Amino acid sequence: MKARVTVTLKPGILDPQGKAIEGALRSLGVGGVTSVRQGKVFEIEIEGADRAGAEAALKSAAEKLLANTVIENYRIELGGQ
Amino acid sequence: MKSAVVVFPGINRERDMARALRLASGREPAMVWHADTALPAGTDLVVIPGGFSYGDYLRCGAIAARAPIMDAVRGFAAKGGLVLAICNGFQIACEAGLLPGVLMRNAQLRFICRDVYLRVERSDTPFTRGYNAGQVIRVPVAHGEGNYIADGETIARLESEGRVLFRYSSPDGMIDPNWNHNGAMNGIAGIINERGNVLGMMPHPENHVEASMGRTDGRGLFAGLLDHFKVAA
Repeated sequence: MKARVTVTLKPGILDPQGKAIEGALRSLGVGGVTSVRQGKVFEIEIEGADRAGAEAALKSAAEKLLANTVIENYRIELGGQ
Repeated sequence: MKSAVVVFPGINRERDMARALRLASGREPAMVWHADTALPAGTDLVVIPGGFSYGDYLRCGAIAARAPIMDAVRGFAAKGGLVLAICNGFQIACEAGLLPGVLMRNAQLRFICRDVYLRVERSDTPFTRGYNAGQVIRVPVAHGEGNYIADGETIARLESEGRVLFRYSSPDGMIDPNWNHNGAMNGIAGIINERGNVLGMMPHPENHVEASMGRTDGRGLFAGLLDHFKVAA
């Protein structure tokens, strides 16, 4: 099963990298960009067809390692086979 | 003082640290590999040195914090053992849950490698007894992610409990944004845990312990630790 875990900074946490990207987009003339927040995407393949089990494993992965929950939120998406 | 220096792949300050410990204590520290599961018997002080463990992959210190040896380090700290975590070590200690907060990218997005001034906030801890409260020391920093942040409640607790031991300051001890080179909240350069036995700090006192390096401001930390164990013995 394919899965995707997206890790993003919590609202209110300063993101100087996002700010720098925002500035670069502006200098490239990309119009209408009012804010950029940088995050991470993990594309994960997980064995078995048990969606609940996979979701529990991914939650554990996110909590234990992929995200630092002091500053980051995560979102789990499960794909098809 | 029997010390143990934890070595992860990508750590590069372990020899500087071992040298400073040897000069201070006259004893060779044990170098403990990340894959080990136990600390040498009779260890008094565990040091997590600086560097770029696991290439700073994922988040600085994130992977090292989950290495096998860290269970032993957590157990050692839980029993009251002294842990000194410098630079990447501070990041590892935060990721391992030994200290609160996170070290974020420096506010100016630059890697900073130079001497900074630190105001020592307290002298009544094992780590700072070699200094006077309010004393300013000059030590090097070398980091890209040293910008300490924590939620408001945690910062308030750190401050009210006197757990900030080192703060970036001017040469005469003024706390000023112009001297806070990485943007850390409240100019925080080093903190201790609730129990006071784990110190995390971004600067490198181990690099200013010999006259040949130009300054010896870092000696106080090591001399203080040595005194602490002499008195305890």
